[in-house]
Amino acid sequence: MGGIENIINLSLLASMIRLSTPLILAALGGMYSERGGVINIALEGIMLAGAFSAAAVTVFTASPWLGLAAAAVAGLAVALIHAVASIRFRADQVVVGTAINILFLGVPALVSGALFESTGSTPQLPREQTLPDWHIPGISSIPILSQLLSDHKPVVYIALAAVPISYYVLFRTRFGLRLRAVGENPEAADTAGVSVARMRYAGVLLSGVLAGIGGAYLSIGQNSLFTRNMTAGRGFIALAALIFGKWHPVGAFLACLLFGLADAISIRMQGVVDIPVQFIQIIPYVLTLVVLAGFIGRATPPRAIGTPYVKEN
Amino acid sequence: MKSLLKELLFPLIAVVAAFLVGGIIVWMVGDSPLLVYDLFFTSAFGSIDGIGYTLFYATPLIFTGLAVAVAFKCGLLNIGAEGQLVSAAFATAWVGLLLPGWPALVVTILAMIAAVVMGGLWAGIPGVLKAKFGAHEVITTIMMNFIAAAIVSYLTQYHYRRPGDPILETFPIAERVGTTVVGPHLPRMSALLAPLGISFPEHLPLNVTFLLALVVCALVYVFLWKTKWGYELRAVGTNPSAAEYGGISIPRNIVIAMVLSGALAGMVGINDVLGYRYRYYDGFSAGYGFAGIAVALLGRNHPIGVLFAAILFGALDRSKLFIDIFTDKVSKDWTVILQAIVIIFVACEAAFRFGMKKRAAAKV
Repeated sequence: MGGIENIINLSLLASMIRLSTPLILAALGGMYSERGGVINIALEGIMLAGAFSAAAVTVFTASPWLGLAAAAVAGLAVALIHAVASIRFRADQVVVGTAINILFLGVPALVSGALFESTGSTPQLPREQTLPDWHIPGISSIPILSQLLSDHKPVVYIALAAVPISYYVLFRTRFGLRLRAVGENPEAADTAGVSVARMRYAGVLLSGVLAGIGGAYLSIGQNSLFTRNMTAGRGFIALAALIFGKWHPVGAFLACLLFGLADAISIRMQGVVDIPVQFIQIIPYVLTLVVLAGFIGRATPPRAIGTPYVKEN
Repeated sequence: MKSLLKELLFPLIAVVAAFLVGGIIVWMVGDSPLLVYDLFFTSAFGSIDGIGYTLFYATPLIFTGLAVAVAFKCGLLNIGAEGQLVSAAFATAWVGLLLPGWPALVVTILAMIAAVVMGGLWAGIPGVLKAKFGAHEVITTIMMNFIAAAIVSYLTQYHYRRPGDPILETFPIAERVGTTVVGPHLPRMSALLAPLGISFPEHLPLNVTFLLALVVCALVYVFLWKTKWGYELRAVGTNPSAAEYGGISIPRNIVIAMVLSGALAGMVGINDVLGYRYRYYDGFSAGYGFAGIAVALLGRNHPIGVLFAAILFGALDRSKLFIDIFTDKVSKDWTVILQAIVIIFVACEAAFRFGMKKRAAAKV
């Protein structure tokens, strides 16, 4: 059973944290959007936009920090398309989200073709131009924690910090209360003087920033270039984690860790244990279906999700 | 007549607007929009070859467009056509692989049935989850897409791949020998038209499935607008509470709509496996399921509209290689971007209508 021991060890958990990072950011992003009442299935497209912008800007500026900023801005811009179409123009949120996902299969490929004369990928960045590993002084002297939590990319710490911050914002601030009110009962929120549209814009735009940063982690953190469709469904897994975690920041975080662990195990199993990786890959999706069917508790979405708000005259 | 014009007006505006924005993108990338438009029209419609390929590429989109439209008529958004057609295509090939040596015609018919049943089944699961537990069909169908892709790729990779084959595909179920095909398959248009004395280029993959798609268009129209079941399904989509008050079962119609939708999406498997590749090839679908959403929206969820929208998107598919080759900078991804822009414009249609109403109201 030497194979199993090679798979389950401390470095597996460290790799779980790394693989969960883009999921955590995208899932928390999705949470802000959906808690405000706007379904965001465009997370995949937003992540792709972030991943591509990060890589492209880093190629031109040689600074991964500018790349990271560009990813946040790109995510914001794509989310703005989503927000304007689904809030201002009351378009079907799922349809717009699907269109954005299709759009950003094409846009990075077209732009990289024009900029770098390659279809679909950006030039390879030298290692020193990708995001650095952060050595955390306090933690690195503690035996087990150092292996788990030190020497990750900065984005990993952004993601880990975003969980308690999101919890605080959502449940302990006026902004969070209003956002949730707008997603549960927009009529009542409107009567109480809260601008439904403004809160929803804020939620969707926040989701763009977070998912964009999550995308950047893929291209200039884990890798050193953007490749065609490099998110490979992570936006949808993040969406699944959000539902599995019942639209709660801590729940979504734990779900992302679980799905990240499944991913980490399937990567390590390749060539070691003879279980087809496909069986591990489908775990997040099957679990989400099970939760939606109500077998493990019930996942109840924000009540007003998916419906444009029309102000009564 | 006036209402027909009104129905046509918005999709046309959306398409023209999308082409204009697409032209601006071409110009920004550094090529001539006029060249790209010219390449699009001549490659897609300028020759028998072009038209043949355009219709071939349109065939799967007719099915997925109808699939999305039928679900939409019941108030459901089936974004799982992709998983339904992938599982159905595998089932189609599976029948051929399980029944070697059976008469080709029998296997062909059984394989076609398998495609429809498998697609219906795969969509039926989200249908039941929605009807019984209220699980949102958008989320469940997304999950079902990934599950289908994983299971089918597992079966192909571990059980039905020819040893040493570098491509992830199953054993063939039929083989081309000279100009004829031996084994279960649907004939190409050239083979079908030859006995009638009409010569059609043999290399064109356009096959009988396209004719099937036209027939299915008509059947969907009859079902939705000329039968009691279609009426009930649409009633649930337009006004569920009124439908329920009138004694129509909402859960029952949700399941029916999803199963029908999946069955329609499943027919894509017939085109690819029996009409074109004669095997299951993993990754054969170029996002047909998602393009189906665009086709249904643009076609206003009406079979005739779906047919025309599918031909437009088929033409884009056909022209993308030519645009890629004969321009300096524009890659084939331009056509994908154009699809997405069409969807966004059509989806924001309510905005145009709303704006017009407001202006009309202001006049009074």
